[in-house]
Amino acid sequence: MADAPEIPDEAEVRARWGAFAWTDENKKKRDEVLARYPAGREQSASIPLLDLAQRQVGAETQTQGWLPIPVIEFVAREIGVPYMRVYEVATFYTMFNLAPVGRYHVQVCGTTPCMLRGSDDVMAACKNKGLIKGKTTPDGLFTLTEVECMGNCSSAPMVQINDDNYEDLDYDRTIAILEALERGEHPKTGTQEPGRHTVEPVGGPTTLTAMVKENHDYRPEWGNAA
Amino acid sequence: MPKVKVDGVEIEVPAGATVLQACELAGKEIPRFCYHERLSIAGNCRMCLVEVKPGPPKPQASCALPAADNQEIFTNTPMVKNAREGVMEFLLINHPLDCPICDQGGECDLQDQSVAYGRGSSRFEENKRAVTEKYMGPIVKTVMTRCIQCTRCIRFAEEVAGVEEIGAIYRGENMQITSYLEEAVTSELSGNVVDLCPVGALTSKPYAFEARPWELKKTLTIDVMDAVGTNIRLDSRGRQVLRCVPRINEDVNEEWATDKTRHAVDGLVRRRLDRPFVRRDGKLVEATWDEAFAAIADVAKTVGDSVAVVSGDLADCETLFAGKALAKAFGSSLLEGRQTGMDYDTSSLAAVNFNTTIAGVETADVILLVGTNLRWEAALVNTRIRKAIKKGAKVFAVGPETDLTYKVEWLGADLAVLGNLPAAVTDAFAKAQRPMMIVGGAAMKGAQGATLALVDTLGLIKDGWNGYNVLHFSASRMGGLMLGYAQKGGIADLHAAKLAFFLGADECDFTRFGGFKVYIGHHGDAGAHHADVVLPGASYAEKSGTWVNLEGRVQRGERAVFPPGDAREDWTILRALSEKLGKTLPFDTLEELRAAMAVDCPDLATLGLAKFAWNPPALAAKAEGVLAGYPIKDFYLTNAICRASPTMQRCSAELIHGETFAEAAE
Repeated sequence: MADAPEIPDEAEVRARWGAFAWTDENKKKRDEVLARYPAGREQSASIPLLDLAQRQVGAETQTQGWLPIPVIEFVAREIGVPYMRVYEVATFYTMFNLAPVGRYHVQVCGTTPCMLRGSDDVMAACKNKGLIKGKTTPDGLFTLTEVECMGNCSSAPMVQINDDNYEDLDYDRTIAILEALERGEHPKTGTQEPGRHTVEPVGGPTTLTAMVKENHDYRPEWGNAA
Repeated sequence: MPKVKVDGVEIEVPAGATVLQACELAGKEIPRFCYHERLSIAGNCRMCLVEVKPGPPKPQASCALPAADNQEIFTNTPMVKNAREGVMEFLLINHPLDCPICDQGGECDLQDQSVAYGRGSSRFEENKRAVTEKYMGPIVKTVMTRCIQCTRCIRFAEEVAGVEEIGAIYRGENMQITSYLEEAVTSELSGNVVDLCPVGALTSKPYAFEARPWELKKTLTIDVMDAVGTNIRLDSRGRQVLRCVPRINEDVNEEWATDKTRHAVDGLVRRRLDRPFVRRDGKLVEATWDEAFAAIADVAKTVGDSVAVVSGDLADCETLFAGKALAKAFGSSLLEGRQTGMDYDTSSLAAVNFNTTIAGVETADVILLVGTNLRWEAALVNTRIRKAIKKGAKVFAVGPETDLTYKVEWLGADLAVLGNLPAAVTDAFAKAQRPMMIVGGAAMKGAQGATLALVDTLGLIKDGWNGYNVLHFSASRMGGLMLGYAQKGGIADLHAAKLAFFLGADECDFTRFGGFKVYIGHHGDAGAHHADVVLPGASYAEKSGTWVNLEGRVQRGERAVFPPGDAREDWTILRALSEKLGKTLPFDTLEELRAAMAVDCPDLATLGLAKFAWNPPALAAKAEGVLAGYPIKDFYLTNAICRASPTMQRCSAELIHGETFAEAAE
């Protein structure tokens, strides 16, 4: 468990978060979430409510948010499920932070496609900006985590920062994004490749080219006429 | 009933059976780790792979695959052999080779199955995963690096114990089994996960590094920690019982045992009475058997027939019968076992019996608990109620609210509610096919008549079904009642006796006894402190005895070890004493005693459920009093053996009184 988060000291965390309760706004969201599931199936709301709680903690601490033990227990009481069952869920999903993180949680994908497309450079950029894997920068802005595939392989390499993806990165683009975030700006999300909109093929399509301009029926060419 | 072919042999299997069960019916052994008959199916160890036709051309996990008609199952093909070797190799990748220092060694599923189904050598040269130890309480020792994540312990805690405090955190290679925040598991059944664990990840903490299974002499006997009569096996080496494990008995304990049953055995070698004592000048001093007997004989000359015998909670029927015979020789029938002053009517044994039977609880559909904390008074009856609830049963309860591990509709602690049950309860009972009521010790004092009156109102007696149950929690109680250990006024009738024998009785108010007190027992507890003469007896592990459990099941246990020092089996003490008193009892061997007992109480002669005719006494149907609590105040310290047991002391301090213990640095 080299990467396992150090779960913070219990007494201190309990003192700080023991009285956690929904804000008025989140109370409405809680009701909305619970209404999605039939009576007796409140356990299904574990994940959405943990997410909601993490966001509220984030809002209160000006960070991406994390799940202190008392907050996990609060969610468990909300849905009437033993603490252990919700704790299991919170530890299973990497989207739930079990230890405090910075304002921006930088999750660099290092899985094969991203690695082949240069995630090492992205990692180097983070390192040169003073980000250390598994740690938060002293100014409390960035926490760096290396993660497995985020499903953006066609625009690799990528990072996920809080709720946004930044794709088609290289060393300079990564530095630029981090610096923009430092200044409090919100850089353009998605692909950073000029001229690319989403994950369409770079340099134009190489297959189904006849389909680019208008709809085209390939079936006669394939020998099975409509 | 589907017909399947297992390795070419056609057999018929019950509907709903799995392929694994079909193979077992055909006599084929299927290796498994996560599958367990009494737990839900997880299907995550993959050890039970077999080849099934028709089906995809790959091995199938037989534990989770329903057996279907015309299925052909193969358990000995090269594909199956290969699959098992592969699974075994994966399981062993992260399993340490520490069998020489592992307590599971010699009785380890992984060890046995790797010999039978493994490759014989490893190709894995990388580092193994290591997992930190988890704290699970005073009973369970963990070495989590050995865990193969079968999740049996999680499923046991959730399904059987009803305490969802064990879980799997993190995921993939990092998955770890732990109790919630590594707090002690607050279950009185936690020791069972040690038996369930197929590897050495969860082992017994008190028994750690004590012995190897092949060194132990195994004796089959009956547990006396509660009235369930758990069938146990005592494992002993030399003169010491080292551990206690449950035996399978579907009618009584299935294959579970409470922590008290398992771990009170270390109290058997502590605070023992190993020689007679006689009180001289207010102090107990060591004496020889002759001196002790002479002291009693001196008093016995003058007492006439004012002789009483008080039964302790752990006494076996043989001891009780010998005590009864001795009292009879004096012309007395002052016998009592209900030490705490209970005086309920015992004129009909059926009216104080658990008539539904323990296994019958599972089939009940509405259950009313009256003044009983089942979790402490009979934890293994409580698990049966959990099973009944799983099948749709509804549970109501009268008494102070307590956590019984399942949903209960509490009707308040005032017994008066029995005379005026809410409509919800009466409606449920009116619709019920198999309704039952369990009356605990707390309610027997004030509401025996009222509960008996409810038998008709709630329709508890149906064809082939008796739903009226009284729950005892002393191992000697039913046997004692059958032998007549009950007075009309309870133990108060015995207080005036000039000579009183206490057969391991430690719970009564000794100051009320004015006469000469003789204590025959095995532990230096309250009874010995107050006695004028102490005669060292044998504990349940040191004698062959008959016990009757709460449902009237006559069971017999064998002697595992010999009593320490000068201590003797209790009936032989009474027999020897009777000779000194000039009232020689008419039996010289255990067989003769049992024959005499069979004449006195024929039900005790045959093992199995005793049949009691249902003819309840006519009692006033009044129910009075608000229950302030339940009779058992501390589950772990209910008798002299537990109180002498360091493990039980520790459980009590930690789980009942909330003390925390620092783990020794390793």
